Amino acid sequence: MESLFLDIAQTLTGWLQSLGLSAVWADFILLIIQFACVAGIVTINVIILIWLERKVSGFIQLRLGPNRLGPWGAFQTIADAIKLLTKEDIIPTRTDKWIFRTAPLFFITVAMMLYLVIPMGDGMQIVDLNIGVFYFISLASLSTIALLMAGWSSNNKWSLLGAMRSVAQMISYEIPLTFSLLGVIMIAGSLRLSDIVAAQSNIWFIVFQPVAFITYFIAATAELNRGPFDMPEAEQELTAGAYTEYTGMRWALFFLAEYTNLVAVSAMASTMFLGGWQGPWLPSWLWIIIKTYIIMFVFMWIKWTFPRIRMDHLMSFSWKVLLPVSLANIVVTGVGIYVFKWMGWC
Amino acid sequence: MNLSDLVFIVTALITVTAAVGVVGFKNIVHSALSLVLSFLGVAALYFQLQAGFLGLVQILVYAGAVSVLIIFAIMLVMDKDPDESNRSHAKQKYWGGLIALLVTLGLGAAIGSTIWPQSSGSLPEDSVGALATLLLGDYVVAFEVAALLLLVAVVGAIILAKGAGEHD
Repeated sequence: MESLFLDIAQTLTGWLQSLGLSAVWADFILLIIQFACVAGIVTINVIILIWLERKVSGFIQLRLGPNRLGPWGAFQTIADAIKLLTKEDIIPTRTDKWIFRTAPLFFITVAMMLYLVIPMGDGMQIVDLNIGVFYFISLASLSTIALLMAGWSSNNKWSLLGAMRSVAQMISYEIPLTFSLLGVIMIAGSLRLSDIVAAQSNIWFIVFQPVAFITYFIAATAELNRGPFDMPEAEQELTAGAYTEYTGMRWALFFLAEYTNLVAVSAMASTMFLGGWQGPWLPSWLWIIIKTYIIMFVFMWIKWTFPRIRMDHLMSFSWKVLLPVSLANIVVTGVGIYVFKWMGWC
Repeated sequence: MNLSDLVFIVTALITVTAAVGVVGFKNIVHSALSLVLSFLGVAALYFQLQAGFLGLVQILVYAGAVSVLIIFAIMLVMDKDPDESNRSHAKQKYWGGLIALLVTLGLGAAIGSTIWPQSSGSLPEDSVGALATLLLGDYVVAFEVAALLLLVAVVGAIILAKGAGEHD
């Protein structure tokens, strides 16, 4: 079971080369297939995730959640997806048409590109960049532009306010997010994600970096615009934030991208702090799925437990609490590494 | 023509077209978004030159942060119809064209007459590590002074905008 997907990839490359293709083109086609797999997994996964979100929220709020379609309401999201696919695509007349149309595409493309570097199992990485962590951070910063495009082009005050809020929030929380990952990078001594996973073969980095894990988790919640930090789409005041004017599949693309980002950030957390794909008995690709799902469950748990906080509290929390804490964590980690080396413990 | 030439031509075309779009679009927000595309194209060119770290810095700093700053600044100061916010400079058309032509000719002559030394060494295996040693080892003082300068600039900007000592 362990090398199931690697075997499939190998067989595929062998078959392509037997057709007379050169190794470069076979790799190129394999890359396209890998991207298509990521897109497919993400799309199907989001159906499960939305169902899970509804069930978890129902459980936390002492209700049943979806329970009509299929066993435990499992087909509810499929019905929703069909509804969204068949809905009329309405574009208001006063919108900026080009930007309005490209914003969801840009958002989902950036979200999918994050999966390029995430190790999804032993040797199961699309590209093993030597600056994988940095790639993840810099690509994630691009999604602000997509939200800004959506908010501005909608020509609607709620959309623009939502976009402004999410941009302000994402830019300020990006800094503690990056700084919290720095502690792990300093211990592992590498920006390559496979090295970071390999460095955790004995002990997970959450043991050395509990503060970094907590700051990462809080900052990631804000980066994802999820509750309790979902000010950008606070329903009571902004209808749906930047997505107010979107309908049907275009709106669904935003929704898909948000959940895609959620999976990516959770997979990153399990790679950086929880040992990635390493674990006993089960195959490696199953371990990363289990760890990612546990982290996503905690994200949902927090979303449905805490009330939304105010925008100015949100910003001052980032700049006055998270940023100093993550900076102090870097200093402590640096001193700790120095002391460890000086004592000859590592 | 091999694959890398093809990739270069496509990325260069996208970059240059987007850069022309920055000047050409009537709507200044379209210009700003076109600038983002141009930044991304430049990042792609860096990737092709095996300068992955530089390319990612380009994406993080320019496409992710500077462009958001530009768009925010545009939104704050824009007070007229967005469709006419980036006026065409029809009056300066000929002078602008002449200067552009002169710059192109001058640069072309300079590039053509230079003998470019070609390095025979191979690419460094770990460019990030080498960069880190230089920035935080050999040139750490210059690096920190630059960081301090930026901090002073930010503090100065905040004091200019909000005023100092007028409220508690």
